[in-house]
Amino acid sequence: MTQIELRGVQKFFGAVQVIKDLNLKINDNEFIVLLGQSGCGKTTTLRAIAGLETIDGGDILIDGKPVQHLKAADRDIAMVFQSFSLYPHMSVYENVAFPLRATRKSKAEIDQEVRSVAKTLQITGLLAKKPSALSGGDMQRVAIGRALVRRPKAMLMDEPIGALDAKLREEMRAEIKRLHIKQGSTTIYVTHDQIEAMSLADRIVIMHEGVLQQVGSPDEVYSHPANLFVAQFVGSPVMNVADASVAETASSASVTVGGAAAGFEFPRALLSRLNGHAGGQLALGIRPEGVLVRHEAAEGFLPVETQIVEPLGSFDIVDLKVGSKMLRARTKSGFVGGPGERVFARIDPTQAHFFDTASGKSLGVRL
Amino acid sequence: MAAVRTSSEIGFNRVAIVAVLLVTIIFLAPIYWIASTAFKPRNLATTIPPTVVFQPEISPFVKLFAKRSQMRNPASPEEYAAAPWWERVVFDGGEKIVRDGKGEVQWSGYPSRFMNSLIVAITSTVLAVGMGTFTAYGFSRFKVKGEADLLFFILSTRMLPPVVVAIPMFLMYRAVGLNDSHLGLVILYTAFNLSFSVWLMKGFMDEIPKEYEEAALVDGYTRMEAFFKIVLPEAATGIAATAVFCFITAWNEYAFALIMTSRRAQTAPPFIPSQVGSGLPDWTVIAAGTFLFLLPVAIFTFLLRNHLLRGMSFGAIRK
Repeated sequence: MTQIELRGVQKFFGAVQVIKDLNLKINDNEFIVLLGQSGCGKTTTLRAIAGLETIDGGDILIDGKPVQHLKAADRDIAMVFQSFSLYPHMSVYENVAFPLRATRKSKAEIDQEVRSVAKTLQITGLLAKKPSALSGGDMQRVAIGRALVRRPKAMLMDEPIGALDAKLREEMRAEIKRLHIKQGSTTIYVTHDQIEAMSLADRIVIMHEGVLQQVGSPDEVYSHPANLFVAQFVGSPVMNVADASVAETASSASVTVGGAAAGFEFPRALLSRLNGHAGGQLALGIRPEGVLVRHEAAEGFLPVETQIVEPLGSFDIVDLKVGSKMLRARTKSGFVGGPGERVFARIDPTQAHFFDTASGKSLGVRL
Repeated sequence: MAAVRTSSEIGFNRVAIVAVLLVTIIFLAPIYWIASTAFKPRNLATTIPPTVVFQPEISPFVKLFAKRSQMRNPASPEEYAAAPWWERVVFDGGEKIVRDGKGEVQWSGYPSRFMNSLIVAITSTVLAVGMGTFTAYGFSRFKVKGEADLLFFILSTRMLPPVVVAIPMFLMYRAVGLNDSHLGLVILYTAFNLSFSVWLMKGFMDEIPKEYEEAALVDGYTRMEAFFKIVLPEAATGIAATAVFCFITAWNEYAFALIMTSRRAQTAPPFIPSQVGSGLPDWTVIAAGTFLFLLPVAIFTFLLRNHLLRGMSFGAIRK
């Protein structure tokens, strides 16, 4: 049972504030991913929890006890580094045994635990080798083994698979997930890769410039982004965001993008949901799969011209020119022949997001 | 094109090999000279042109280690017959080995000087490298106020030739009673080598990724434990290289040893040439003393050669 809580954590590097009033509660056995661009404060947060960075304000609580004044060694937390940090002068066995040697365990106990972890991670055959003789994936397995062997209160992972190539990254991602399900320990995982975050996390914590943007399950973060930053950071291909104006028509609402001649049709309910924001500075956010495309004219579909077609194998991403804006739509592969084609598009109102342009905050409109 | 390039490459390689051979010969020539003189009979040591082919003798080494005196008359046949082989070679040179009342052979000044050299060089090397390693680690890992100024200050101690301060140092040492003492020389050599050691070790420390220690810190070790268990083994290469340089500096130091020591703590470098002046110089004995003096550095460097060739232990961190 390990809960980790951050209360009003502040951290400065000189005059730069890298963590701004961070509040976060991490539950037992939860897999939390800190997601953000480089320099957003996610790694600093992780290092602060590990005890490798001091904090300038707030509390870090593990199981309800403040630990910010404890040394890293006394927090009973394990960490996996992006660089793996295997000690080059020790064999794999010694690397894995190293955290146990800091405790008062007997040789036999240590041996037993090293071998059991090695078995779990399928690195038994590597125990006698030196880290320099290992492949990237094996190095990371060993690094994870070294973190697991002590059965720490929590596991911290700082971009643990960021240094691996794409194929291996995918394999290791699955392996980490499997391992977490099997071992079940509170895990905080840092990455800038939103796919990694989506696939691994119980909850994703999105940070930007030291400020927590949103905390939620992958689905929540994807379907209900709290602001423009989250909306555009999570999801690939990236969500379309365009300044929009909303107008009332006879039977419905119309959302005009990029100063186009005609607007997309929306249910009338939009006007009331926008709650007075209708006349203000609005941004429409729509994921490519929310832009519906067809070849024939139909009710509610606007004629648009295709610009660039990116075939991505299982689907295509087509750029559609709407007024002065470009909307990216996701279509079946080969649906659009090429650039310059005339097709008809509409926006699926149930997948549309509206943001206040000034604050960037989502208006929480769901249709 | 390829053929042309290849043949020019071969040509370059040949030139390079010849150049390397020439340089090696130039560098090794004095060592050959010393070594060959150390085994020459005395009368062949100073011939012009130099004698290259000769029957090697051990007598210079016997003379080097034993106290001896000139004989007015050659040794009597009985004396000669009773003497061990190593004493006969001294008789052959017209000298005899000095013995005390009990007949024990008296040592020359050389062995004790050699020991002094070992004591002073090893102690000062251990101290300079040890303190340098700790200091370098501190500078490398922690924010030290005025770090650049401090490092410059440390380096500045090497900006004037040490011998410039020899006289003031001598007066200071005499005042506090450190002259002609091992401690005095150890302090002196440690001080010289420390700045060098700090700078060299800082370079090595900077190359050891911080993550190693951080991993150890998270794994339940104190910083001190992490330093000894992780940083030191990683820094072994740097420590070895620094130790070789410090040892060579301390081992070969002449000027201060000459001024600061006279007998008790005198090291080999000022002692060996002082033998030139006693009576007719016996160059073979001086060469034997020099030859033995060269060995520790050669052995020390040879033992650490694997550490001096860098790069084997790096590569287990992914950047």
